Amino acid sequence: MTDKRTTRPRYATHAALLIGGAVMVFPFAWQLIMSLSTHAEVTSVPPTWVPEKLQWQNYPAVFEQVPFWNQFVTTAAVTVARVVGQLLLCAMAGYAFARMEFRGKGVLFALVLSILMVPYQIYLIPQYEIVQELGWLNTVAGIAAPGIFSAFGTFLMRQHFLGMPRSLEEAARLDGANPWQTFWRIMFPLSGPSLSAVAILTALASWNDLMWPLIVATYDDRTTLAVGLSTMQGQFTTDYPVMMAASFMAMLPLMILFIVLQRRVVEGLAHSGMKG
Amino acid sequence: MSHDTAPPRRRRGRGRDGYWPIVFLAPLMIGVVAFYFWPILSTVLNSFASFDPFGGRTFAGLENYRTLLGDSFIPRAVLNTAVYTAIVLLGIPIAVGVASLLTQKGLRFSRFYQVLFFLPAVSMPVAVALVWRMIFNQEFGVVNWALSLVGIDGPYWVTAPWWSLLAVSVVGLWSSLPLAVIILSAGLQGIPRELYEAAQLDGAGALRQFLSVTVPLLTPSIFFLMIITAINGFQLFDLLFAMMGQANPAMADTQSLVYLFYSEAFRQHDQGYASVIALLILAIIGVITLLQFRVQKRWVHYD
Repeated sequence: MTDKRTTRPRYATHAALLIGGAVMVFPFAWQLIMSLSTHAEVTSVPPTWVPEKLQWQNYPAVFEQVPFWNQFVTTAAVTVARVVGQLLLCAMAGYAFARMEFRGKGVLFALVLSILMVPYQIYLIPQYEIVQELGWLNTVAGIAAPGIFSAFGTFLMRQHFLGMPRSLEEAARLDGANPWQTFWRIMFPLSGPSLSAVAILTALASWNDLMWPLIVATYDDRTTLAVGLSTMQGQFTTDYPVMMAASFMAMLPLMILFIVLQRRVVEGLAHSGMKG
Repeated sequence: MSHDTAPPRRRRGRGRDGYWPIVFLAPLMIGVVAFYFWPILSTVLNSFASFDPFGGRTFAGLENYRTLLGDSFIPRAVLNTAVYTAIVLLGIPIAVGVASLLTQKGLRFSRFYQVLFFLPAVSMPVAVALVWRMIFNQEFGVVNWALSLVGIDGPYWVTAPWWSLLAVSVVGLWSSLPLAVIILSAGLQGIPRELYEAAQLDGAGALRQFLSVTVPLLTPSIFFLMIITAINGFQLFDLLFAMMGQANPAMADTQSLVYLFYSEAFRQHDQGYASVIALLILAIIGVITLLQFRVQKRWVHYD
């Protein structure tokens, strides 16, 4: 790392990365500035880079103008339900596909994977009809339901279990554990890194998703933050600073998660691809 | 249930695991059948149906397919989506540059740079779209202010058809760059150091090494990225929806195929026609992916 011979100070590299990095971060910084400005400052030409007085009251104003708190709770509940449900179901199914013998395994696994090739628009209308039949429109269950059953999560977990040593299971089996006990007490707890990759991808997809909740949760106070932000634009058109404060708060939880768990998140995303 | 310890007995027609695979697979499979397998079938059937406003459906034969052929919004939406995807694909060479800078051995502050470059990957598309909408605002946006400094009168980015598509594409490029950098960085780290040392011994300079070692060995990652970028590009919706707004008069000339699908299915309530559009999206993505796999033999190096 600090090999004196090879590490000349690389001014050009740092300059390029700093300029590029500034372009990537500029929208976030600008959003923060606008969220602490007055309406007049936001709409001024030339732009007001430094607000005269920081307008902190734009943040509490979000809660008064829109059902932000309800949407936050819904978004969080949907995300937790999807992450927990997916981790359990995908780990179980991935374990069966990786470690058990049964007739039709190959065909069944291929069928599950085929879901990944199909764009989600193909599923959307019938999924809506099912959720409607179940009476789950405008509920956390309805928003979370289809996302719990993930072919991609199953694929990742299968890959993971394929790579684990068999000796662990054999030892458990000799001790008289049945397959469920072997899975739940031995294999699942040893799957941390893979489970966290699935959890991170699911949390991102769930927190940031727009179209599905837009379709199944149409009431302002029952929907998610992404939908709330996109459909409240009209009400906000004259109050840009509050809109910026709302969108900043909507992004903040996952950004904090990213900065805290940076390495894990990058590894998880490197796995992803298909989930974009 | 079963409690077999000693020699695994074979049960009729079942493997050594007895009924356990069913226990492990049933929870996932019930959902997969209900929410994925059945919907595929249902969408295919719906594409031959006509829907009345009260949800009743009748067999309509190829009616929806005929409508598709005569719909002038479709070619425009395909073109818009293709233009968007092409612009976002331009991000891949940029990402190659960024990834090779970021993965240099012994680079200081690399974690700091990672935070800067990866932040858009974890941020909500709708929320960033709202910010970009402000940045592209025709009257007080930063973009038009910057253009005015060099004497250019900036366009009405969000309400003029081609300009708005360009603005959405730039934001799409910005937001898809991080994932590309992450995947390419993983690819770069998989290139063995010895190859560079060997190239150095052969007298190859930095540029020569980049062109003869890095790029060829990176082609599998680049190919993978092109596939997923094209697939994601053809599913453009969130950015368009949030940056443009539903009431935008330019939407008719800027909309993507998925936006068209959404508005037919959930605003016009014509599920039959929307199903045909969904199948069209499937077909286009299938053809593009197939073409890319065909062409890859000429330029992707595996070893």
